[in-house]
Amino acid sequence: MATTAEAVEREQKLQGVGCSRRRKEDARFIQGKGTYVDDIKLPGMLFGSIVRSPYAHARIKSINKAKALAVPGVVAVLTADDLKPVNLHWMPTLGGDVQAVLADKKVCFQLQEVAMVLATDRYAAADGVAQVEVEYEELPAIVDPHKSMAPGAPIIREDIAEKKEVGHGPRTHPNHIFTWEAGDKAGTDAVFAKAAVTVREEILNPRVHPCPMETCGCVASFDKVTGQLTVYLTSQAPHLVRTVVAMLSGIPESKIRLVGGDIGGGFGNKVPVYPGYVVAIVASIVTGLPIKWIESRIENLSTTGFARDYHGIGELAADKDGRIQALRFSALADHGAFNSHVSATKFPAGLFSICTGSYAIPKAYCRVDAVYTNKAPGGVAYRCSLRVTEAVYLIERMIDILAQKLNIDKAEIRRRNFVKAEQFPYTTSLGWTLDSGNYHAALDKVLKAVNYDALRKEQAEKRAKGELMGIGISTFTEIVGAGPNKVCDILGIALFDSCDIRINPTGSAIARLGTMSQGQGHATTYAQIIATELGLSSDEIQIEEGDTDKAPYGAGTWGSRSTPVGGAAAAVAARKIKAKAQKIAAHLLEVAEGDLEWDVDRFKVKGNPSQAKTMKEIAMAAHTSNVPDGMEKGLEASEYYDPPNMTFPFGAYVCVVDIDRYTGETKVRRFYALDDCGTRINPMIIEGQIHGGLTEAFAVAMGQALPFDESGNHLGNSLMDYFVPTAVETPKWETDFTVTPSPHHPIGAKGVAESPHVGGIPCFSNAVIDAFAHLGVTHIDMPHTAYSVWKTIHKLGLDKHP
Amino acid sequence: MAKKPISFMLNGHKVETLVEPRELLIHVIREQLNQTGSHIGCETSHCGACTVDLNGRSVKSCTVLAVQAEGGTVMTVEGLPKNGALHPLQEAFTQEHGLQCGYCTPGMLVRAYRFLQENPNPTEEQIRFGMSGNLCRCTGYMNIVKAVQSAAKKMQAAGGK
Repeated sequence: MATTAEAVEREQKLQGVGCSRRRKEDARFIQGKGTYVDDIKLPGMLFGSIVRSPYAHARIKSINKAKALAVPGVVAVLTADDLKPVNLHWMPTLGGDVQAVLADKKVCFQLQEVAMVLATDRYAAADGVAQVEVEYEELPAIVDPHKSMAPGAPIIREDIAEKKEVGHGPRTHPNHIFTWEAGDKAGTDAVFAKAAVTVREEILNPRVHPCPMETCGCVASFDKVTGQLTVYLTSQAPHLVRTVVAMLSGIPESKIRLVGGDIGGGFGNKVPVYPGYVVAIVASIVTGLPIKWIESRIENLSTTGFARDYHGIGELAADKDGRIQALRFSALADHGAFNSHVSATKFPAGLFSICTGSYAIPKAYCRVDAVYTNKAPGGVAYRCSLRVTEAVYLIERMIDILAQKLNIDKAEIRRRNFVKAEQFPYTTSLGWTLDSGNYHAALDKVLKAVNYDALRKEQAEKRAKGELMGIGISTFTEIVGAGPNKVCDILGIALFDSCDIRINPTGSAIARLGTMSQGQGHATTYAQIIATELGLSSDEIQIEEGDTDKAPYGAGTWGSRSTPVGGAAAAVAARKIKAKAQKIAAHLLEVAEGDLEWDVDRFKVKGNPSQAKTMKEIAMAAHTSNVPDGMEKGLEASEYYDPPNMTFPFGAYVCVVDIDRYTGETKVRRFYALDDCGTRINPMIIEGQIHGGLTEAFAVAMGQALPFDESGNHLGNSLMDYFVPTAVETPKWETDFTVTPSPHHPIGAKGVAESPHVGGIPCFSNAVIDAFAHLGVTHIDMPHTAYSVWKTIHKLGLDKHP
Repeated sequence: MAKKPISFMLNGHKVETLVEPRELLIHVIREQLNQTGSHIGCETSHCGACTVDLNGRSVKSCTVLAVQAEGGTVMTVEGLPKNGALHPLQEAFTQEHGLQCGYCTPGMLVRAYRFLQENPNPTEEQIRFGMSGNLCRCTGYMNIVKAVQSAAKKMQAAGGK
């Protein structure tokens, strides 16, 4: 910390941690010079377009390519039979299952990949797709996951019907994927049996889609001469994808280069490996030509990476004062036709066991049963850590339901149950050690800011007049930064992340990381971390990610892991450099290392500050012969960081809604969000992330859903139907913060981008439902469209004109 | 399919190319004329990532045929800077943090450009309505609105240019 005015000025020039500096990545984006995958154009490139199944469940009787092959510009049509010789018609999923790359005799969801047409341009490819003749025999489909495990239910996955397990323990039905549980069932049941009060509610997190602005796609280019495979693709985890591609193709991993480039938003949708990528890669290997495959929006919403579809049951047991004594949560998880959900291997239900939330709950038990249905595969984390939205939604809804049952104020019941500041680190009854928190202070700050008491008074007056006003509260705890390597891996690869920093002789630097920005501003925030650690200007620190030939191995960006894991790696790598720099400074100043102290951007001699060497001077010296005897030249370091624990960002949100009692239209009057993400690296970027997360929470709570009819047909898979809020519907956000640094993270940061999504969704629901609380309504499932809200109003008879 | 020659002004330069009558303007701009700033987000006119300025109006170029641009004037994000200087909107978007992943940004900028020609001194509500044909998944729009407001002020001060 700088102490003198002169030192403060030097510190400000670095634009390091805490500075709302402009983003380094913006220059190319505002000038249309980003490089997204569809911008890649290689000589001789073919365009691949996918033939998809019109049925949700059907046998393929025959595929006739003849007419398609006669279309001008069409070069080839690939089906499962063409991929069989290289054994790539099936692929492993991140969930421990296998998935058909192209349908093998049978389709299991509508718009499943059946064939790929390769043509000289996208128009010819589309013409070819229209001419591929596929004969199907339709089979009965399962759409409702509650019917998946019924006796005699149609078997969705005949390929694994006899398998006793698919990666996560014993199966009890051919459509059963896994059953996962955590906590003390017997102990929890015993508390419920004698509790003063219990509440129970069925709560759905509907099937939704992250819907990034850019859809998924790739350009695969195999060089038959060198044996080198280059793939430009939309991946949040390019290193993991490279490993998967090496395993699948048999090409040495050293000859595979994955390039993430610029990514137009991910939000979880771009973590998995999709059939389109694999077919494009195989097609390039076979033809020796570059192949581009880019999803349409309908393909994106229908087939790649949906989220949620958790059909939950929440139960709480409490004393008469609302102090929760036990929690029992379960969920039926619809994973679609293949188990390609994204999670750490040992956590098939993700981090669902964070469901005790911000509360000290002595006993808890939770269970998730996952099943197959005839719907698209997935289960990605849509702007949240793995299954954390589902968990937080349940607890934040259930505590409101308990408050209503006991007629306790919804803020007060939270205060009574919070883990107290002095209890941290606090180990929950489901085994997570919350590293830090200060929940009472956060809630009190928000309630004061919105004048909560006045809002409740206004609500009482409105209720007396028959008007509908709701006040929602959410006091959530997230769990992010996967994760500790002893427990967290995907396909056996530990979820560390990495940073490799090189300081140039003239004092600028390049740092490469294993994460992958999709708009989060890594090029800026990582540079700020390194700037503060090393006393170099963040302007002169270049950040690179996503090109696997350049960046060190890492698990990528998802589950808010970039700052907790990648950012930690950056700080630790910088500290290794600083330690070497100190030795060089001591040598140059002819003093002992211990005689030096760090001052913003230089080492100075204690008691004699005019004797100093700046990091820039040291950088040059490190590349000359004037280094200590025996010391290696250069100034660089790398770190593969294994986090000792997850981080636990938290927040307190209040939402106020006014509902039109005749139309059901809900107006968000106010949304006040306080987030605590520990040390704040770039407040401007943090605020931007919170605005975006709240807007995606608003979308989920108020309008998003992927509906199906009983035959498994999509009923809304374009932007005509799928709700993405515009500037008109989107509420205005008020943001606030407290700072409770993570005790185990090198700079105390926790991650922030997903908190507003996780905490925002229950806050909107709680507000809408609170508007009806005085009429005995305890729960309404999302999304709270005007029609859905009107149905509640109509049932209650509130829409009769006086 | 028989190709047809077309010619139009793109960002101040005359361009000539051969297109199939069914080819969409966005594909011709991006793939034949190599101006990849405008993006494709939905192919159905909903998202606005492909917004370009055609003959003084904002259009979604994913649902405009290239032949409809014949003899016309098209501007994309690449045409916004003047004499090497960024447009005030470009400056304002970065200053106000009005972009994150950058995918919607070119369409947003080109729409905002036309919007401010139509309404040089808009209220916040007018901006929200005027920009509602362009979706963004990252920013939640608040900073985009701020950026448009800030650019409007600067452009007014500079005489509406």
